[in-house]
Amino acid sequence: MNDSKLVTINYSLYYGNFQALKDINIKIPENKVTALIGPSGCGKSTFLRSFNRMNDLIPGVRTEGSVLLDGEDLFKMDPVALRQNVGMVFQKPNPFPKSIFDNIAYGPRVTGLKDRHKLEEIVERSLRSAALWDEVKDSLGKSGLELSGGQQQRLCIARALAVEPTVILMDEPAASLDPIATLRIEDLIHKLSENYTIVIVTHNMQQAGRVSDYTAFFYTDETRTGQLVEFDETKTIFTNPSDQRTEDYITGRFG
Amino acid sequence: MSGRMIVDKAVKVVLFASAIISILIVLAIGFFIFRESLDAWAKIGISEMLFKSVWRPGQDQYGILAMIVGSVSVTFGAILMGVPLALGCAIFLAEIAPAGVQSIVRPAVQLLAGIPSVVYGLFGLVILVPMIRKLNVPGNSGFGLLASSIVLAVMILPTIASIAEDAIRAVPENYRQGSLALGATKWQTITKVVLPAGKSGIIAAIILGIGRALGETMAMIMVIGNSVIMPKPLTANPLTFFLSQARTLTGNIAVEINYATGLHANALFATGVVLFALIMIINASARWIITHDQRSSEKAR
Amino acid sequence: MIGERSSEITLAHTAKTRNLKTEHRVQKFWFSLMWLFGLITVLILILVIGYVLVQGGKAVNWELLTTPPKGGLSGEGGISTTIATTFYLVGLTLLIATPLGVSAAVYLIEYAGEQSLSSKFLRTMINIANFAVETLAGIPSIIFGLFGYVLFVSTLKFGFSLLSASLAGACLVLPTIIRTTEEALLAVPDDYRRGSLALGATKWQTLSRIVLPAAMPGIITGIILSVGRVISETAVFYVTLGGSYRLPTSIMDSGRTLALHLYYLAMDTRAFDKAMGTGAVLVVMIFLINLVINLISRKLTAGVRKVR
Repeated sequence: MNDSKLVTINYSLYYGNFQALKDINIKIPENKVTALIGPSGCGKSTFLRSFNRMNDLIPGVRTEGSVLLDGEDLFKMDPVALRQNVGMVFQKPNPFPKSIFDNIAYGPRVTGLKDRHKLEEIVERSLRSAALWDEVKDSLGKSGLELSGGQQQRLCIARALAVEPTVILMDEPAASLDPIATLRIEDLIHKLSENYTIVIVTHNMQQAGRVSDYTAFFYTDETRTGQLVEFDETKTIFTNPSDQRTEDYITGRFG
Repeated sequence: MSGRMIVDKAVKVVLFASAIISILIVLAIGFFIFRESLDAWAKIGISEMLFKSVWRPGQDQYGILAMIVGSVSVTFGAILMGVPLALGCAIFLAEIAPAGVQSIVRPAVQLLAGIPSVVYGLFGLVILVPMIRKLNVPGNSGFGLLASSIVLAVMILPTIASIAEDAIRAVPENYRQGSLALGATKWQTITKVVLPAGKSGIIAAIILGIGRALGETMAMIMVIGNSVIMPKPLTANPLTFFLSQARTLTGNIAVEINYATGLHANALFATGVVLFALIMIINASARWIITHDQRSSEKAR
Repeated sequence: MIGERSSEITLAHTAKTRNLKTEHRVQKFWFSLMWLFGLITVLILILVIGYVLVQGGKAVNWELLTTPPKGGLSGEGGISTTIATTFYLVGLTLLIATPLGVSAAVYLIEYAGEQSLSSKFLRTMINIANFAVETLAGIPSIIFGLFGYVLFVSTLKFGFSLLSASLAGACLVLPTIIRTTEEALLAVPDDYRRGSLALGATKWQTLSRIVLPAAMPGIITGIILSVGRVISETAVFYVTLGGSYRLPTSIMDSGRTLALHLYYLAMDTRAFDKAMGTGAVLVVMIFLINLVINLISRKLTAGVRKVR
């Protein structure tokens, strides 16, 4: 695996005294889709949030080891700048109570961009990238909250794209959507991966199989401490896993 | 019907009657106060009362314009000083203060709300007025709009701060997360997402503060001077407006009602009607602003 | 188009020129200002209460609390009768307001739901009643005073008396009691009501034996809040109670509450030290009441946790 975009080295995370993640070593490749799968409560979302330091917002969180973005230690960077570079799409779509235009223009405006023309350009480009432009181009003034669930999620993706990240983190992005909307999101993820590094947490194994190039399997025992069990190309994980626990999970024996 | 069922039905009627009593009380208040004011409107006339500023009951002059200006001015001053402090406090408690500090500041706000108005008035009388008197401006007695605005600002602070804090806390957490994940700083998140989202609650808080300020009586009487004059700057400097003495609508009522008779008393009741109308208008505007804001927040800027 | 990244460097350019340092400094400035505002608020509290307690404390002694005011313009004497009057007024006002307010709240919460099936008249009456409670809550105290003056003092000829004052005061605190009782009733889980009705109890039996007892701590909080209100209030009583410094011996007698006495001391007799003393007693009373309310609500939430 060359061109590692994100690397963790002996990375552990604690909520107070409770260890949520233990000694994770992973190399996430650039411009590919990497899925994080595993039973619930094994720390996948916590791990995902490490890459944009959203865990910092939780009081009492402590980390060990290092997380590198393009070779640089994440924890030594300005978190605000980091989050511009590493975007996030949440499980439940969370558009702001503003117009579609203002939702997408929010990120660029926050970085200081005021030029109306440039903003309009960025909004159109982001909406096209997120496969939403045709549906909303005549109603950019409408509130983001008035869109359907699937549209809202694509709006949030467009919003994340507008700040031009190089990585997009997705935490079960289709979990609250109907099957058709889900397929549209999966299609979008596939197209986005040509230009962005995507890390996606999903509970849905079939989705992981459809959408990702690489898969990381997380597992936890009675201690509820999450560990990385296996990381490989998706087709290998799903057809010929090395670890018994991976095989048990894939074949549905638990989880 | 069994005995139990009869009791049940009887209770329902009694409880219903209690519920209706609040309607009766409001109607009664409206009726009696308006009735006592009728002679004033008839014999003195609306324009005479509302637009003349000379109030000399002994000489049959009943203009309350000076009192309207007094009430509005002191409320304006209180809002000017109180709202930034209260909103700052609300933002501080909701978004910035760590839990330990919150447990000190929030009870402090609640305690401020419980202090009786006469105690604030006394404090203003004994501490603020002598302090303000030291300002070397001719005609400055220490009493007046400045002292009362400060006292009033402190009195409405807890009202505005607690309601605004509730409104800010009610903003869904995932808006904040979404904003931070886009690379906004915490302060940008507060000003560009949280506060706009909580706008209607914050406005409601301020309106309630205004209503409270307009209705305050005793504390105002104690520090505002109560001269029935149209407040105006004491010197060429317009800021000395706030050193002018004044009288509020509420103060006018309270100070004279105990010995007023006949038309004089009617005029005081008419003052009450004006006060009531003023507060109703403000509450209605608040409701209009809030619904209008909800509708327009769905359009682009 | 879909999934595309821009080849133009519009935003990346801005990202490089984005002045994060300035943004962080701006945030630090505003955060410090907010800290300052929080601090100022606490300081104001300490200043006001501190001054009143310290200065007032100097004037408070056993003699002050047990001798009546000497009357006239001297401002001499104690405050014993005013303390008694305050208690009498609180008692009488709550005697009137509590049954009325609790009953109203019970109807509006427990019975108003069913009416959606029956007459439109009742539904509109209930809507009007809710609006009336809201309106009452916004009416300033002096208006209640004027109302009390017209109706109770003059028309019904009760004169300046505890009766007039407590009737006017009851109107003042009624919205508070109704609202807090409503909240307390809403907090009682529906499962309690359903369980009782399923056992064949009537609605009133369910209310009196299950719901109201469960809502009691919340209701008591509302009552105590109203106690605090009556103790602190002045305008409404100023025009209905009269100003007698003597001990009232019947409900038709006039009197002064602590708060009113403070006002008279400060404005009429200019006896500022005694006024401060009265203020200190008032502040301590309010503080104790606040404490009791906090203890009750803490017990309330602890009780709820146990049930779960």
